[in-house]
Amino acid sequence: MTTLTVSGLHKTYTLRNGLRFTKLRAVQDVDLELSAGRTVALVGQSGSGKSTIAKILAQLERPTSGAITLGGAPIGTRGRALARYRDHVQMVFQDPFASLNPFHSIGHHLERPLLLHGKATRTDVRTKVCELLERVNLTPAESFIDRRPHELSGGQRQRVAIARALAPEPSVLIADEPVSMLDVSVRLGVLNLLARLQREENLAMLYITHDLATARHFSDEILVMYRGEVVERGAADEVILRPRAEFTRQLLVAAPEPSSNPRFLAEAQRRGVPMPDHLALAEDSP
Amino acid sequence: MTQSPQTVTPVSPGSESRPRRPGRLRAALRRIATPSLLIGVGLVVLTSLFGIIGPFFVADPLAISSGGMQPPSAEHWLGTTQTGQDVVAQLAWATRGSLTVGLIVATLALLLSAFFGVLGGYLGGWVDELFSLFTNVVLILPGLPLMIVIGSYVEQRGLLLISLILAITSWAAAARVLRSQTLSIRNRDYVQAARVAGEKPHRIISVEILPNLLPVMSSGFVFALITAILGEAGLSFIGLGVYGTQTWGSMLFYAQNAQALTLGGWWWFVPPGAMIALLGCGLSLINFSIDGIINPRLRTAPKAARNLRKAEQAADERSSRPDDGSSDRRSTSSKEAVA
Repeated sequence: MTTLTVSGLHKTYTLRNGLRFTKLRAVQDVDLELSAGRTVALVGQSGSGKSTIAKILAQLERPTSGAITLGGAPIGTRGRALARYRDHVQMVFQDPFASLNPFHSIGHHLERPLLLHGKATRTDVRTKVCELLERVNLTPAESFIDRRPHELSGGQRQRVAIARALAPEPSVLIADEPVSMLDVSVRLGVLNLLARLQREENLAMLYITHDLATARHFSDEILVMYRGEVVERGAADEVILRPRAEFTRQLLVAAPEPSSNPRFLAEAQRRGVPMPDHLALAEDSP
Repeated sequence: MTQSPQTVTPVSPGSESRPRRPGRLRAALRRIATPSLLIGVGLVVLTSLFGIIGPFFVADPLAISSGGMQPPSAEHWLGTTQTGQDVVAQLAWATRGSLTVGLIVATLALLLSAFFGVLGGYLGGWVDELFSLFTNVVLILPGLPLMIVIGSYVEQRGLLLISLILAITSWAAAARVLRSQTLSIRNRDYVQAARVAGEKPHRIISVEILPNLLPVMSSGFVFALITAILGEAGLSFIGLGVYGTQTWGSMLFYAQNAQALTLGGWWWFVPPGAMIALLGCGLSLINFSIDGIINPRLRTAPKAARNLRKAEQAADERSSRPDDGSSDRRSTSSKEAVA
C-alpha cells in the first residue's frame, strides 16, 4: 500500500521589483496524505496555491521546506531516485491544448513514457500504446496513433494526457483541474473516466479543482485552501454540508443554487420533473 | 473538428516504422504555398542553379583577350571587362563564390545562435546570464568596422576566414530571438509533461523544444544568408574581401576600379548588382512566407483554404470514379469522406 504523505510543506517565491525583494508565500504549512484507492480534493480560488502543490508533488518545483515521503521513505529528488519516484507519481495537466506537443503524434506522447519506464520494448510498444488508448476510450486506437494533437477535440486530448500519465503505471495520480478547460458537455465523461481508472488501478488521487460540486461527488476528503493555507479539511460530505470555515461558506454560496430560482422550480413542477430531496424541501420552506 | 479523411485509414498493426503519408505532406505543402513563397523559391533556385552548373559551361573567367570593354554581343552575352574577360563567365563563378560564402556563414551563424540561444534559454540561471552577456556584447560590436579591422589585419584572406569573420559578427541577433522563444517554450505544459514523464534534458531540448523552433531557425538561417552575402559584397567592394575567389562583391570592386560607370560599361556592374538584388529579394520573400507559417493567427485561420481542400477532394473523387478498381489511397479515402 503506497502512501504519499506531505507534512509542513512551504513554498516561498522571491519576487524582485527593481532593487526590492518581496516574498510571496504560495503554500504555507500544508499537510496531506494520499493513500491508495482514495481521492483527496484540493479546492480553492485561483492563486490559492493549489497548482503549486501539484507542481511540487510532480517534482517540477522544489519546496522551500517540508517533508514528502512515499511509502514511508523520503522521496528521491534527482537521478535514479527521481526516476523511480516518477514511476509512482504522475500528473495530468490542466490545459489539454498546451500539454501535448503540437509537433508530435499521439503515438509519440504515449510511447515515450512507456519506453522510459520500461513498460514496453521497441517491439511491442505499438500494441501497448493501443491498449492505453483503448483504456481511455479512444477507439479505434489505431486511428489515433498517427494523428497530431490539433486534430483532436479538447476532451480527446485530455484523454490522451490521462493515458500518458497512466503509462508508467503509477500509484499516485495528481489531476490539476483536469476538466476546467473542457467544454461543459464532456467534463462529466472525463471525470467518470478518471473515477473508473482510479477504481481499476486502486490509485491514490489528488483532484485539484475549484468546483465544489464535483469535489463532493468524486472525492472522499476535501481540503479547502485560501491564500496558501488549508483552512478546512474533512470528509467530503461533512465539508459541504457543515462548513466550518468562513471561506468555505463563501465558496458554497458562490455556486449557483437552482433552488433559489423560483422560475426554475415552477417550471420543474409544471413538467413534473422529479426533484432531489433537498430541493423539494427548499420548495416547501417559505 | 475537421478530420482529414486520410488519417482515418487504418494502418497495419505492428508496423514499426511509420512513413509520413504522402497525402499529409501534400496537404501541408498546399497549405503553406503562397505566391510570394513560390516566387522566392523560384528566384533562389534559379540563382543557385546558375552558381552550381554555370561554371562548367563558361570560358575561363580570368582569360584576358584583346577586346576590352565590349558591349554584349553574340560572342560575349554580357560583354567583356576592361581586360577583355568574359562577364558571363565571371558572373557564374562569382555566383558560386558568393553562395558558398553565404551558406557557410549562415550555417555557422545558425549553429552559434542555437548553441547560445537555446541552451542558455533552457538551462537558465547563471549559464543563461553568461550566455546572454556574451550575446549582448557580440550584438553591440559594430559589424562592418570590425570586419574591416580584421580583414585588413590578416594577410591571407581565404574564403573560410572571411566566412568566419562574417559568422562571428552576425549570429547574435538570431541567438536573442531563439533564447526568447526557448524561454517561452520551456515553460509550456508539454515540456513540463515531458519532464514528469521522465525525459532527460538533452532529449527535451532536441525532441520536444527544437522542432518547435524550426520555423524561427529557418527564418534566421535565411536572414543570415542575406546578411552574409551582402556583408561579403560590402567587404569585397572596399577591397577587403576573399582573396583568390570571385564573388559578386569582387566583380563590383574591379568594375569600380576600372571606372566602368564613367566609361558607360553598364554590362560589367549591373549583372552582379542585379544578382545580389534578385537573390536578396527571393530570400526575403521566403522569409516573409516563413513568418506567415510561424504566425499562429495565419496558421489556424484559413477556413477558406479548408473549403478549397474539400472542394478539391470532391473533384478528385469525381475524376477518379471511372477507374473504380484502382487501389489509389487518395481516391478511396475521399470516397470514405463522402460516404
